[in-house]
Amino acid sequence: MNKYAIFLGCTVPVRAQHYELSARNVAKELGIDLVEMPGASCCGFPLKAVEAETALLIAARNIALASKMKLDVITLCNSCTAMLSDAQAQLGNEEFHSKFKKVGLSYPNEVRVRHFVRMLYEDIGIEKIGKAVKKPLSSLKIMPHYGCHYMRPSNLYGFDNVETPHTLDELVSVTGAESVNYADKKMCCGGSVLGVDEELAITMANHKLSIAKDNGVDAIASICPFCTVMYEDNQRKAEAQFAKQYGIPVLYYPQLLGLSLGLDGNAVGLKFNRIKSDSMMEKLAR
Amino acid sequence: MIDLRKSDPQFKWEIVKKEGGEGLLKCFGCSDCAASCPVRYFDERYNPRKIIRFTLLGMKDVVLKSPFLWFCAHCHACTERCPQGIRVAELINAIKNYAVEQGYCPEGYKMQIDLLMKMGRLYEVEDFDLKKRQRLGLPPIDKTIPEVAKILESTNILKVLKK
Repeated sequence: MNKYAIFLGCTVPVRAQHYELSARNVAKELGIDLVEMPGASCCGFPLKAVEAETALLIAARNIALASKMKLDVITLCNSCTAMLSDAQAQLGNEEFHSKFKKVGLSYPNEVRVRHFVRMLYEDIGIEKIGKAVKKPLSSLKIMPHYGCHYMRPSNLYGFDNVETPHTLDELVSVTGAESVNYADKKMCCGGSVLGVDEELAITMANHKLSIAKDNGVDAIASICPFCTVMYEDNQRKAEAQFAKQYGIPVLYYPQLLGLSLGLDGNAVGLKFNRIKSDSMMEKLAR
Repeated sequence: MIDLRKSDPQFKWEIVKKEGGEGLLKCFGCSDCAASCPVRYFDERYNPRKIIRFTLLGMKDVVLKSPFLWFCAHCHACTERCPQGIRVAELINAIKNYAVEQGYCPEGYKMQIDLLMKMGRLYEVEDFDLKKRQRLGLPPIDKTIPEVAKILESTNILKVLKK
């Protein structure tokens, strides 16, 4: 049995329950045990630009919780993954470790931090997932969006290929859908700029939305709540700013995988997606 | 026109001392960071190479007062391509951290710190959210995590921001 501590962060448990729900239900289908982390807080990432050390301590406190549980950490948000991975690496640095101890924390057992999707790829594997697929999404064209902190910085992750990422493409393909290959696959969604300059952030998001439209995709597959905020919640704004019509559903990857595993729309929380996937679902039912 | 008589020769050393700032002096100005930057691709007002160059030249006011410093999305595209092995995104972050120490903290970040002090998370967990989670069969979550406030009180962050 694959058993992990699940770190939810701030956004997922209150703003993206469909992501959490689909991930948990997919985990059940694939024999993955996700254990709660009572007392887990914000990952610390929002504070990094203000004071990196404080952000790292907040992240390291979350690592300490998993360390006590003797379980590797699985995350759903790309930025949480980066922040917790950074703190995990910093715990090997004596100066940081002593500050960590000074606030009363301890790291009794070495634990790893990985994104849920990375865990699917590495620990379950394409072959085993393929065998579990009951309803292949063969009629669908899906655009995988990796997001920055899924594989960068590579010195923290050592996973996938930062210039030509492929793991999410493979995971989309295994559902039976066509994974669209496109230029600028590793382009940032613009989420980090949203609070500083909304017009610029929307311009960044629009770039990929227009590529999605040109490719006639049925949905974008996202693996980060921030990226979804940009592509789904702000899609209307992109349409207004650039006088375009998109209407492109943005699904979390576990929602798509769940459908291919035979879960129904409710079990993957489809009704919570702000851009409705009715036409995609009709295509699937045909 | 750059007037180097107004520059602060100590500025670069202050950045080098900070977490993430250690690679600053290795920059030879090749502009790979700027060419890789997704933000600069859409808006040339943000240019990591320029920020690094200004920092090396000691143009402290220009760097710290520039709103464009905060345009960095921290995406690490630059970090991956720097031929000098500089963690460019971390370097820009170190400059942001220094800017905060010097009193230039964007309001949005201050609000986030208030939220973390109060709840230990960015979004308030209301009864409505807990009920919705229960309805969906999702486990309950803590409304507040007071340990985060303790960490914030133990570091310099609050003192720095009250400045």
